[in-house]
Order: sequence, then structure tokens, then C-alpha cells
Amino acid sequence: MALASNAIQFDSVGQTYVTDAGPLTALTNINLTIPQHQFVAVLGPSGCGKSTLLRLSAGLLLPSSGQVSVYRTPVTAPRDDVGMVFQQATLLPWASVTDNVLFPARHKRGRVDQKDRDQAAEIIERVGLAGFEARLPHELSGGMQQRVGIARALFLNPDILLMDEPFSALDALTRDAMGFELLKLWQASPKTVLYITHSIPEALLLADRVIVMSARPGRIIADLPVPRGRPRDEDSLRSPEMQDYLAHVRNLLIHRDAA
Amino acid sequence: MSSETEGAMKRDAKTRPAPLPLSERLIRAPGLLPGLTFLAILLIWEGATRAFQVPTYVLPPPSRIAQGFDSVDLARWGQHVWATLRVALMGFATSIIVSLPIAIGLAKSRLMSRAIYPLLVVIQSVPVVAVAPIIVVVLGTDDAPRVVITFLISFFPLVVSMTTGLMATPPELIELSRSLRAPGWREITQIRIPYAIPYFFSGLKISITLSVIGAVVAEFVAAEMGLGYFIQFSTSMFRLPDAWAGLALLVALSLTLFQIINLIQRVFFAWSLPRTSKH
Repeated sequence: MALASNAIQFDSVGQTYVTDAGPLTALTNINLTIPQHQFVAVLGPSGCGKSTLLRLSAGLLLPSSGQVSVYRTPVTAPRDDVGMVFQQATLLPWASVTDNVLFPARHKRGRVDQKDRDQAAEIIERVGLAGFEARLPHELSGGMQQRVGIARALFLNPDILLMDEPFSALDALTRDAMGFELLKLWQASPKTVLYITHSIPEALLLADRVIVMSARPGRIIADLPVPRGRPRDEDSLRSPEMQDYLAHVRNLLIHRDAA
Repeated sequence: MSSETEGAMKRDAKTRPAPLPLSERLIRAPGLLPGLTFLAILLIWEGATRAFQVPTYVLPPPSRIAQGFDSVDLARWGQHVWATLRVALMGFATSIIVSLPIAIGLAKSRLMSRAIYPLLVVIQSVPVVAVAPIIVVVLGTDDAPRVVITFLISFFPLVVSMTTGLMATPPELIELSRSLRAPGWREITQIRIPYAIPYFFSGLKISITLSVIGAVVAEFVAAEMGLGYFIQFSTSMFRLPDAWAGLALLVALSLTLFQIINLIQRVFFAWSLPRTSKH
């Protein structure tokens, strides 16, 4: 696959849900092209259709209008090269860390082999959970649970990682630490990441590019490359250019909310 | 990382706080307080029935009930207990076997849910005690009618708890299953059924005691063996202390079965217990 190819593409995508109160337009006229291995953060008020964007990319939803493509192929069903991380880790409470990470293989193929086990051990090590393989989810902290969630998403080695506010349920300190670890993982093994978040600093810290969406019906109101290059750390956010950028994004979100 | 690891370690560490006050220690001692309460009730019961010279057919004192256990020999008691236990377990097993597919149907299909659920509620609303004689006439006097009566009394809580459990799966896991394009039956066997286990056990605990009730109801109607039969027979012969002894055994049987379900959950599905009861 050519490096310059587009991983995810939205062409005039609209999404309307049928509800008891009548049709509900979640997204209108979304045009978005995400090159391979770009880290894109999506910011927007609650209910602006951010999660819908993610589910359309995953092939869990089909658009009411327009077309979603992954690697230039229209998405009509879930794909193997897409991994998902949810807001809550949503692990299997009866399964150990290892079995939770192995779950995609066991669920998809009905069995796991030694190669799967080796790979699970390697990924568990990579997300910093070595030594916790036999623990059950309730024996882990929230941050560790979400590491298992990430390890599970990485297990089938997807090229595209869809993350739906993955750290929003964690405390602030853990959230920052997890962000940096995610960056490390991403740099060691580049993937196209679509990262939904509520937090502007988090978006600036992690992403190459920030998409700002309006309240319902969700539209893209700004598409901004993050000025600061990599590597980034806590200090990156303090630079004047990043502070200006942060203020700009905040203004966009606040004024759109007020309107 | 380090702070999280510490957090996990801290929870594992057995922290020994200062000695507890007496009341707290009494509360925590397993079986002590309920045992004392039970003993106190027996003593008051014994004292009151003797003091007021209550006739034994109204309320025999516990000492007189204890004599009731001698009314038949041990082997005969064994036969009575076994007869009731057998019917209760067969009815209970039938409930489980029938409830699971119904629950899966109700959880998976709105069509099934709309079509069948009202029928289940109607069946549940029928007073089984009133229908029992009809069932005996239809199905004869062997085990079949007793098992059916037991099943009718015990299956509904199982269906409700299993259905609730099967629907309690986080939607994210169902999305994960769909995104993996796994076969649909694996969504049921690997996600929905294990997720339903805590609910399933709540249902089992209600259902097992109802099964004993069901077996007794069946024995009241048609039986020549069993604790329900023994109680009815003793009462009709005006041997009330014997009937009370049979009742005591029935309670013990029901409690034992309930505790066995509890034990199975504790040993094999410890993760499904409410978190607080583990600490």
C-alpha cells in the first residue's frame, strides 16, 4: 500500500436516525480525508455525532447519504483492519487480562493457538501490564483496565485505530500518562488513528490534526493541523503558538455552542 | 504506571485496622447472630407453650416436635426426603432447560418477545395449586404431573432473570462482536450467556426454593410418599407434632438446596458475586 494513500474518506456523508420523536439528523455533509498513519482528533460538543463518525468508519453503521471509504473501498461491513477502543474498557469480567486480549481471536475464529498467546504476551508487555496477565478486570485500576482495552484493540494488528473518548473516564493524572503512552505505542507502530475527545489539551497533545464539529446536526466547522511537530511533551502545550491554537479551538467550540 | 500499580497493590494488601467494637465483631461472626436469634425463639416458644398450656394441635412446643421425628424410622424419613428432593430437582432441571431457550428468544427477538411474553405472564398468573388436580387427572399419578407442577411454579423467575441478564450486556461488546464479524451464536455463547451469569444465579436461588414448594404442592394432590404427603397425612391423623417435624425437614431441605446454589456460584463463578461481599 502506497504511503500516500488515504486511509479513511468521507464523501458528503449524512446520517439520520429514526426516533420516536421523528427523524434526527446526527451528521450532515461530512467531507473528510484522512491520510494513512495520521493521528486525527475530533472535538465537539456532546451529541454532535462524533461517535457516529467513528461507527461509520468501523462499518458498524451505514451512512444515510454519501459514502465512507477505507483504503478507497466503500465501507459496507466491518473490516478486519480496524480496531476499536471504547469510552469504558468494557472487558469481560470473568476473563483474565490475557484472555481479554485474546478475545478477538477466540471470538472471531473460535480458538486460539500458541502464536496468538505469544502475540498477546508481547502486546500486554508493550502496554505495560507484564506481571498482571492472570488478573481479573475488577482487580485492576481504571487506567490498567483501559490498557487492556487498548491491547485488545491492537491484538489483530489493525491498520486503523478508532478511539471513542478512551481516557475520559480516568482521573486527570492517569489520563495524561495514558496519552503519552498511547503516543509511544503509535510512534513505535504507526497507525491511522481517529480519536474522539472532549478535551482540547488532549487533542493538541496527541493529534497531527484537529477536526472541530458543531452541535447537532454535526458538521465540520474547522479542520486545523496542529502547529507543533513531534515529539511532544507537557511543555509543548505551553509554547505561545500552541496556546494561541488552544484559544482558537476553544473559541470555535464556545461560540458554536452559544449560537 | 507506578501510581496505578500501587493502587492495585494497596487493594490486595490485607490491611488490619484497629480492633473492632464488640457490636461489629458480633455482626461479622458468621452464623452467630442468626443462630442466637433462632435459639431465643425456640426458648420463648417452648416456655410460652408450656406456661399457657397451649394444646399441641394448636402449637406443639419444640421438644414435642422433636419427638415427632421418632414417629417413623430413619429409613422412612430418607424415603420421604428423597421423594420430595427428586421431584423438586427434576422440576428445577426442567425449568432451567426450558427457560434458557425462551430467554434467548426473548432477548434476541422483539417478535418472540411480543408473541410469547404475555403468554408467560398468563401462565405465571394461573394459580398452580388450583390447576394441580387437573394436571394429575390429565397426566396420571406417576412423576410426570409432579414435575410439571413443580416446573410451572419455578420457571418464571428463571426466564425473567435470564432474559434480563442476556440484555444486560454492554452495547460496546456487542459492537465489538459485530466489528469482528463473528458468527452470531458466538455472541450468545461467549458474551451474552457469561454476562447473564450473575442474573442467572439470582433466578436459580429463587427458583430452587419455589421448586421445593412445587414438589410439596404436587404431593398434596397426589402422592404416597414425600414430605408434603407426610405432612398432609400426619395432619389428617391429628398428629400435629409429626407434621411439624416434617415441616422442619422441608425447611432444612430448601435451605440446603439454596446454599448449594450459593456454593456453586462462590466456587465456580466468584467473579459474578457482588463486589462488597468479597471484602
